[in-house]
Amino acid sequence: MNKLLMHPAAKPVIFLLCLLPFARLTYGAFTDGLGANPAEFLIRATGDWTLRFICIVLAVTPLRVMAKANALARFRRMLGLFAYFYVVLHLLCYSWFDMGFEWADIAKDIAKRPFILVGFSAFLLLTPLAATSFNRAIKAMGAKRWQMLHKLVYFIAGLGLLHFFWMRAGKNNFAEVFVYAAIIALLLGWRVWNYASKRKPKLSAGMRGGSSSEKSLRSSTG
Amino acid sequence: MSFHFRPQGRSSGFIHPLSSEITPRAVYEGRRDLLKLMAGGAAGAALASFAGREAFAQATGPHKLALLPGAKSVVPGAQTMEKLTDYKDATSYNNFYEFGTDKGDPVKNAGTLKTRPWTVEVEGLVKKPGKYGIEDLLKLSAQEERIYRLRCVEGWSMVIPWVGYSLAELIKKVEPQGNAKYVEFVTLADPKTMPFVGSRVLDWPYTEGLRMDEAMHPLTLLAFGMYGEVLPNQNGAPVRLVVPWKYGFKSAKSIVKIRFVEKEPGTAWNKAAAQEYGFYSNVNPNVDHPRWSQATERRIGDGGGLFAKRNKTLMFNGYEAQVGQLYAGMDLKKNY
Repeated sequence: MNKLLMHPAAKPVIFLLCLLPFARLTYGAFTDGLGANPAEFLIRATGDWTLRFICIVLAVTPLRVMAKANALARFRRMLGLFAYFYVVLHLLCYSWFDMGFEWADIAKDIAKRPFILVGFSAFLLLTPLAATSFNRAIKAMGAKRWQMLHKLVYFIAGLGLLHFFWMRAGKNNFAEVFVYAAIIALLLGWRVWNYASKRKPKLSAGMRGGSSSEKSLRSSTG
Repeated sequence: MSFHFRPQGRSSGFIHPLSSEITPRAVYEGRRDLLKLMAGGAAGAALASFAGREAFAQATGPHKLALLPGAKSVVPGAQTMEKLTDYKDATSYNNFYEFGTDKGDPVKNAGTLKTRPWTVEVEGLVKKPGKYGIEDLLKLSAQEERIYRLRCVEGWSMVIPWVGYSLAELIKKVEPQGNAKYVEFVTLADPKTMPFVGSRVLDWPYTEGLRMDEAMHPLTLLAFGMYGEVLPNQNGAPVRLVVPWKYGFKSAKSIVKIRFVEKEPGTAWNKAAAQEYGFYSNVNPNVDHPRWSQATERRIGDGGGLFAKRNKTLMFNGYEAQVGQLYAGMDLKKNY
């Protein structure tokens, strides 16, 4: 598993996979393939993909530890940046197709509608995380502070969920919201459980071993 | 559009039709009923009014369903001049939660709906209650084509050529009693053919209601068809309501019961979220939905595609001249 993940082609392959939804949406937009309401389709699809990438990036560490696939850590930054890529597209689609780039209307809309405000806040909060994703930022900030900042992602995931929940509340249609909520709760739950068990002296040695190998991997792949 | 080129094979007799193109028996019989009706007899008066009008309207679907032509309606406001929404869009982008909550679901799932036999029960405070077969309803008054804007509460709209007649025609026939103030519409909730009737999204069956004067307004349409054909299942076959100055969800689909009552009836969306969906639900650019503005709307398939500007929402969906007086003196922010 680790061997496969360490293959030089692994990163480009995953990069292209992450671009697939974007490629499909772009292709659909130019070939009339997004249904009767293409604008709505684009806004919803980019929102869906943002949430999916947040779930994926949150799943990296649990998977790494549980499957002992430490090489997974190589992809975490890229996956996180793709979450940001899709949220930027989501915001862009909303500003363009829903609001026609009328900035005053957009500002009013954000202030007036809590559901938009929450979504917009999630985007704003995600921005420093994306902006500090390069190695020099980690060094400049210090690993501890950098990690503190990046733990915000759980809060942001919660905001994203609330945004989605509110959007669906009008139609009483929560099935998908609950799926995302369950996944995020599970991943957060694992962290809490992992943290609690880490504090027991017996396990601490093993866990420390894991995180040091993650560090070495990170520095080796730059 | 491809559906203007009707294949000639069927009538030449040399090419066998695809099994999917063979008209189902029920539809075929429905068509014969219509032909009989047009041949005279019971509908002599209706025919006379047909003859006095302009030629049949031009809006046509792909001719996969039984034809249901309507004479151009002369009801004021019944003929908006905007570009028609493509039949394909109007029949593949639908809210019909009995068949799924995604707008692509109804066209996928509504094939199971059985529209024959079909009866509509008229009950409550009415002098002539009873069960009306769909064939009788089709014949009750002359079919008219009306081109209405359909505005969804979600902020999109379509322009659809409906076929039907004013609900008032039916109401006059069944003679409501003096104390009947509202009309309630109950729609089909059949878990066997409607996969989402088991879901908790709404309190089934879907119900809707109108005040008596709204129900009697000539624009309120009892619709049996669109684009010159009978209604496709996903659009509320075999009979639905269209109330053009209200949000789309007020227009109940696949109606099985019409009840005349004294008190304002509960409605499906009002029961689900009273603070968001009121009883009246008139299209009103000045009263926003709690989570989105109603000031503008996106016209489906208006040619501009993705980059088309949104249209300004019109008061009462553009039917203010016709229906504004129904709400004179009412606070539409309270009575949303």
